Amino acid sequence: MNWRKTSALALIFLFGAAILPIQSRLDTAARAAHFRKTAFDLNLRERIGQAGFLAALSGFRSPLAAILWIQAHTAWENTEWGRMAGIFDTVTTLQPRSILYWDMAAWHMAWNAAVAAMQNEKQPSEALRIRAQREYFRLGRDFLERGIINNPDRYQLRVQLGIVLRDKFEDHCAAADAFLKAAALPDAPSYCARFAGYEMAKCPGREREAYEHLRRLYLQGDSQRLPSLINLLRDMEKRLDIPQAERIDSSDQSDKT
Amino acid sequence: MKLLGVTLAIARNTFTELVRQKVFYFLLIFALLVIGNSAFMAKFSFQEQFQMLKDISLGAMSVFGSIIAILATANFLPKDMEDRTIYTILAKPVPRFSYLLGKLCGIFSLLAVSILLMSALFLAVLWIREGTVLAETRAQLQGGSAEEIAAAVKEVTTATFNINLIPGIVVIFFKSALLAALTLFLSTFATSSIFTILMATALYFIGHLQSTAREYWLAGVDVQWWSRILAALVSLLFPDLQAFNLTDDIIAGTAVPMALFAGTVGLGILYISVYFSLSALVFSGREL
Repeated sequence: MNWRKTSALALIFLFGAAILPIQSRLDTAARAAHFRKTAFDLNLRERIGQAGFLAALSGFRSPLAAILWIQAHTAWENTEWGRMAGIFDTVTTLQPRSILYWDMAAWHMAWNAAVAAMQNEKQPSEALRIRAQREYFRLGRDFLERGIINNPDRYQLRVQLGIVLRDKFEDHCAAADAFLKAAALPDAPSYCARFAGYEMAKCPGREREAYEHLRRLYLQGDSQRLPSLINLLRDMEKRLDIPQAERIDSSDQSDKT
Repeated sequence: MKLLGVTLAIARNTFTELVRQKVFYFLLIFALLVIGNSAFMAKFSFQEQFQMLKDISLGAMSVFGSIIAILATANFLPKDMEDRTIYTILAKPVPRFSYLLGKLCGIFSLLAVSILLMSALFLAVLWIREGTVLAETRAQLQGGSAEEIAAAVKEVTTATFNINLIPGIVVIFFKSALLAALTLFLSTFATSSIFTILMATALYFIGHLQSTAREYWLAGVDVQWWSRILAALVSLLFPDLQAFNLTDDIIAGTAVPMALFAGTVGLGILYISVYFSLSALVFSGREL
């Protein structure tokens, strides 16, 4: 080895050492911006095999996730719900920032798989069918909750969680909280706040809070004054015995004057 | 000034030579992949279609970019020696570093043109698919309120184009350029192109593990001394290629902050400059 090659090697080491802080800073910035959140652990290695793991490590996480998603679609066509759940788990591990994958995985589990479990003709016991259905509801909810942990800055999965809690678990208090949290996030559509109010109204002990929330929305103007909101607000005014002067019709009049 | 002219002439020549080697035929495969993918995905929802189209296209762009970078760079030195063109060039007042820089610039041009063509093809397919989905959406919502139609159109357009795709594509170019510079460095002391290609491919995989090794080393986990030394060696010797993998998360909808994009591009330029300087250093003493 001549002196040039030795110097080149030494310079590489020196450069490697000098660049370490830059690399670490860039890595921290990337993680803060929600990049590189995939957990490359032995569990993932077992699920996608050695070649898949190598591909995922080499920057081909998204194509790999797309290929697995096609497999999940085939499993869906064959109504292999268990296999689908496993593939969804892998896809969401590979692409934890993809709202679409979390959302679709939860939808397939909480809606399609749950309905299929309830209509399963091979299972004569209704109790077991209901149990299987609840298990799929739980799986759907689990996908959404994990998706929210990975995407705390986006409203979409919180809305979906609210819908699952409302329609599948009939837990109106938790659904209201999910919609409220969604409404507080950037770009959240106006319906999130309304949905939070509707659910809060059904949550025992939070009627007053719901009334105040809905009234605040009503006072925001025409964009929030939808028939469902107005009807619910009128109903709550009666239930909570709100004085006539504070009711929305009178506030309408005071707006006009 | 004269040196710049020489370098540019070598770069132009390298680019023309690579084009004559029908390198762009790979675009046919890329086109088949993108258009075929788009046609095959018709049974999926439009969000799934767009996501998969982006996944496959950007993944393919990264693969093709890396392959072109490694193969084109690994071949030029042995080929120039075999053809004896290197002797004709270096017999003239052309410094060795100028020759290397010209060659590297020619390869960078090829990479830039390839990535531009692939991007144009990908964006065209995406645009056509968007047009089809928009027409279908409008037809389905005929008679609906203007607000409903606007919301549905917005949903389609948001799922299709994302301004962050552009920095993602730029970073793919810098990753390929970095691989080209690294391969050039290897080829300055390698004795055959096969050796260079194999080494560069191995470095490609090791480079993607560099950040993991660095984290392991710097975290100071209480493990055996030899495994810490190995992690330190990997961290210091190899480039961090994982830093250039932004597209996976961009496709998933993550926005790239300007500082992160600039930092990544800066890191790429730094790596390229260092690997080129080292190549020039080793090549200046090489017996031809």
